[in-house]
Amino acid sequence: MDRQVMESRPAAADWPDGLYELLKTHRIRQVAVVPDAGHARLIRRCLADNGMRVVSLTTEEEGIALLQGAWLGGDKGVLLMQSSGVGNCVNMLSLAITHRTPMPMIVTMRGDFGEFNPAQVPMGSATQAVLEAMGALVRRADRPEDVVPTADATIRLAFNTFRPTATLIGQRVIGAKTFGKD
Amino acid sequence: MLAASGKLDRRELCRALLADRGDLLVVAGLGAPAWDITAVGDRAENFPLWGGMGGAAMIGLGLALAQPARRVLVITGDGEMLMGLGALATIAVQRPANLSIVVQDNEHYGETGMQETHTRHGVDLAGMAKAAGFPRTMLVTRPEEVPALRAAIHAGEGPLFAVAKVDPSTLPLVLPPREGAYLQARLREAVLGPAAHHQL
Repeated sequence: MDRQVMESRPAAADWPDGLYELLKTHRIRQVAVVPDAGHARLIRRCLADNGMRVVSLTTEEEGIALLQGAWLGGDKGVLLMQSSGVGNCVNMLSLAITHRTPMPMIVTMRGDFGEFNPAQVPMGSATQAVLEAMGALVRRADRPEDVVPTADATIRLAFNTFRPTATLIGQRVIGAKTFGKD
Repeated sequence: MLAASGKLDRRELCRALLADRGDLLVVAGLGAPAWDITAVGDRAENFPLWGGMGGAAMIGLGLALAQPARRVLVITGDGEMLMGLGALATIAVQRPANLSIVVQDNEHYGETGMQETHTRHGVDLAGMAKAAGFPRTMLVTRPEEVPALRAAIHAGEGPLFAVAKVDPSTLPLVLPPREGAYLQARLREAVLGPAAHHQL
């Protein structure tokens, strides 16, 4: 194993901590969340940070509206959700286009790579197309070492160019939930 | 302030709530509430919505959390509030003291042909907000109750949720600017100053 691969391993496995550090670097203040197992560690880090306001939502579209209000008041925010939640955001995303609002999303994918649950596949298959149809700029990360650089790029694109953006974290990175049937 | 029906006139109600508004920031739900705040007077501290139905209260939450030293008022309709009821739970848990939500409840979808909403059939929005955990809820049906509502909005001891039963008549359209980027930029500048438009 060459030196570069060995060095990249710990950092790659720590991508949730890397995402937390990234949110701090970008001075993200409001973190809108509908939980996903893939985001659990990042959510714990954010909850432990007094400089961040974690807003737990009943449905993901609330998070889009929250980010609209946050930006009006000068706060930078991010929305964490799983791919099924993207479907709940569709019409509310028109706020970002209408008002040219930075709205970075970090989406953990289901129904994407080795999925067990049939109900996750329809929305998982549609996630990127739905986001792009609503005008969001989407980039995927399918290797652990790509997660933080990709999220960094999409957060920059959101705040530098005033639009909704998303990083999709592939199920290959997170692992497929098997309900004890593996 | 009463219409011929004996119910509150929505525009006069708005005028009373926004009198001497100080540094109050106002988000208005799409349709009649947006026309109402514009009829009272269009200004940078107004954010009238043209879409995002169901999101007005949550926009208010994001703004209130970002600007805790300022009062934030969301004025919206019963149909718009019914589309985003989960926000009542989310906002109650966050408990922003500076946020007030006033539903102008005409018990109808006024922009789409006056179909009845659930509030026409007994759904109690103030009761739902109370059950979600709002520390203060109000039901306003008479003009003499309006000064107390205005005072509560400015008291900053919220979050406050109020339902005002209003006459369902359709009033003359008074349209706000339709360019969303302008609506956003002018409010951000009013809140943040010229720095609003510079790189973060």
